[in-house]
Amino acid sequence: MIGRYGVRFAALGYLGLLLGFPVGYVFWRTFRHGFWPAWHAVTTPDALHALKVTLILAGIAVPANTIFGVLAGLAIVRYRFRGAGVFNAVVDLPLALSPVVVGLALLLLYGRGGWLGGHNVVFALPGMVLATMFVSLPFVVREVVPVLREIGTEQEQAASTLGANAWQTFWRVTWPAIRWATAYGVVLTTARALGEFGAVSVVSGRLAGQTESLTLYVQDRYQSFDEVGAYAAAVVLALIAVTTLVLMTALKPKEETR
Amino acid sequence: MRRISLIVLLALAFPALATGAARDTKLALVAYSTPKDAYGQLIPAFQKTRAGQGISFSQSYGASGDQSRAVASGLPADIVALSLAPDISSLVQKHLVPQSWNKDRYHGMVTRSVVVFVVRDGNPKHIKSWSDLVKPGVQVVTPNPFTSGGARWNVMAAYGGALRAGKTPKQAQAYLAQMWKHVVASPSSAREGLQAFLAGRGDVFLAYENEAIFAQKHGQPVQFVIPKATILIENPVAVTSTSQHKQQAQAFVNFLRTKPAQRIFAENGYRPIIKGVTQGLNFPVRPQLFTIKYVGGWQSVQTRFFDPNHGIMAKIIGNGG
Amino acid sequence: MAARAEALPAPKARRSAAPGLAIGLSTLYLSVVVLLPLAALAWHAHGWDAIKSPQAVAALKLTVSLSLVVALINAVAGTAIAWTLVRDRFVGQSFVNALVDLPFALPTIVAGLTLLALYGPKSPVGVNVAFTRWSILFALLFVTLPFVVRTVQPMLLELDTEMEDAAASLGASRFATFRRIILPNILPAILSGVALAFARAIGEFGAVVLISGNLPFKTEVLSVYVFGRIESGDPGGAAAASVAILAISFAVLLAIGGLRRLVTRHDR
Repeated sequence: MIGRYGVRFAALGYLGLLLGFPVGYVFWRTFRHGFWPAWHAVTTPDALHALKVTLILAGIAVPANTIFGVLAGLAIVRYRFRGAGVFNAVVDLPLALSPVVVGLALLLLYGRGGWLGGHNVVFALPGMVLATMFVSLPFVVREVVPVLREIGTEQEQAASTLGANAWQTFWRVTWPAIRWATAYGVVLTTARALGEFGAVSVVSGRLAGQTESLTLYVQDRYQSFDEVGAYAAAVVLALIAVTTLVLMTALKPKEETR
Repeated sequence: MRRISLIVLLALAFPALATGAARDTKLALVAYSTPKDAYGQLIPAFQKTRAGQGISFSQSYGASGDQSRAVASGLPADIVALSLAPDISSLVQKHLVPQSWNKDRYHGMVTRSVVVFVVRDGNPKHIKSWSDLVKPGVQVVTPNPFTSGGARWNVMAAYGGALRAGKTPKQAQAYLAQMWKHVVASPSSAREGLQAFLAGRGDVFLAYENEAIFAQKHGQPVQFVIPKATILIENPVAVTSTSQHKQQAQAFVNFLRTKPAQRIFAENGYRPIIKGVTQGLNFPVRPQLFTIKYVGGWQSVQTRFFDPNHGIMAKIIGNGG
Repeated sequence: MAARAEALPAPKARRSAAPGLAIGLSTLYLSVVVLLPLAALAWHAHGWDAIKSPQAVAALKLTVSLSLVVALINAVAGTAIAWTLVRDRFVGQSFVNALVDLPFALPTIVAGLTLLALYGPKSPVGVNVAFTRWSILFALLFVTLPFVVRTVQPMLLELDTEMEDAAASLGASRFATFRRIILPNILPAILSGVALAFARAIGEFGAVVLISGNLPFKTEVLSVYVFGRIESGDPGGAAAASVAILAISFAVLLAIGGLRRLVTRHDR
């Protein structure tokens, strides 16, 4: 039975080294002077405002990318259209751009003198939302596409011949099959939206107390050598991500255990 | 009837009478990141003065180059306070800052500092001068001058230091190449550089005095040495051409050069531009101090040394392999 | 039955509105959010010096090769982790599951600081890889950790165990069952995650920039080089270099897509 324990040991060892240890370190740096210094650090007006901004950014980007993700997944796999392969590859491209360049591209487009310049998009929330949407775009698509390919179209076709319309087929046949995938996609998208720094930093204008997201706040605390503040804010982001995961897994009805 | 028209007239006249006095103006300050603490004290001090009554501020802090580019892309700003003059010159080119910005007696500057060597506790390798940087086994950390505009001060300090030591320009350039061979990390910003050094990398970190003092104030174990020959860093400030409140913005800039304001800067680690505010603070005079003019002035330096394709540093770094 | 049918011709007439809507809406969204900014970037791309210089080429080679290695390691490690989280049972499993997304949610500065403190000169476990190429590998593995894990997990959850049970009852070893029955079914998901990991690794800036030391020709990755171009007043060159990176990534992503088709065609 080396197989089972070997895999578990290797996987957990890898996770411990790469994930557990670093995350533990972050929590240690946050709470090494006690709970209250960390609490005070994240309840300053600036921190709370930054939290609000981050939640707004995620609150818009995540649903938008989720709907896009499911639609695009269906488009790529079910409705074979010309250029589906290209579309599929383009969807991943946002990740390949370094965040600084994403910011540059958005400034070139919406900034002074840009093609769509002069509409208060950049250096304001809309620009930050666009940047967040850009960097967190692919995840739901990437989760949904393999599952859609895997389950095949038999059931959908059966439903269709039994008289179900597109929506009913989707809701009763397709959706239950891609629910888990979508849920994990939402978790990834949310985590990415929460943690985005570079692109948002460039397009936000860094207006203290106005266009600062929580990641920008972390940067600000880091610049001021406020270690507890920086790490505590990072812990808040981590907790939101974990909460999202917990919510997603809780919402799914228990299936037969494997 | 007459009384009513008199009242109406007075009501109409009152706002006109009030324009000179306190009316809520909001000024947008766009600055680089290090003076954030200083401006946090300066703004309330300004608001207590007559000129500053009724003026509120929105503040933005970030890396100097990033901020300059942001303003160029449309970030609204009444006052820009950046780390080095070229970041303002690029705004002048885009007609966002008037050409006359540096034609006053301070040449547009508001604070000063010098390039220093941050060393390990007790300075075990006895690093005191530029020639010590190229001794065998000495490991240097400096931000990359291409990813951090401020790091250009370091390079020009090294170059000027070599000139001061009697080298010819060609030999000074050779010195730069030699020094680059000793660089074991070239982080993308000054702050990161300090982080890398404090994490244990290298024997010496090239930094700016005000940032070293700032780190010390915030409990970081930073020890530094000021070489005899070093460059005078000057940080500029300007009112933008796009400002809707030029008078008030200029009033703020003028305030920054008064004794109380310069004292606040000095307490935050900056060398002041006026005399008489440094009692109790330690800013040693350096015998071989020089300015950017000594090495050619920013315009010439930017092209000769830092053109990304043909500059001297581009060649030195580009041959680093 | 977990069949692997590709899309059979969609039934006509009654569902004619749905495909158009899905394709149209998603294309519109993709265009506004992604293609427009990319077009603006490409439009401003200017000058080949930024791409031709030896420094750029060195950064490119380093970044692409490390990204490929990272993608490969993730393919194996991610699958193993997903397997452990789905098919195994141990104390603290859901806790571990909750941690997997954290590399994503943590700002990259924090990732960099943490890795520097743990695996740098003052490492509490004596592992010092900072300021070397290994540090870049570590940082990239950290930020790409969730990808393959999270794409394979839902697939494993969705998979029918009938075939595996049948194979086991016929005497197949666990490994053979994995290789012949499970792996082909989850390979598309693995490749999906691999594509994401590769793309992210190519573009990563924040987590790498502190711990690598950015020495040109030694530990400078492409994203830092491009940033240097922007900071040096050559945004056109930065845009040009970025377009080049995008082209390379696009080619790799298409290749991964082709690989998937190749692999799935095998078992028809």
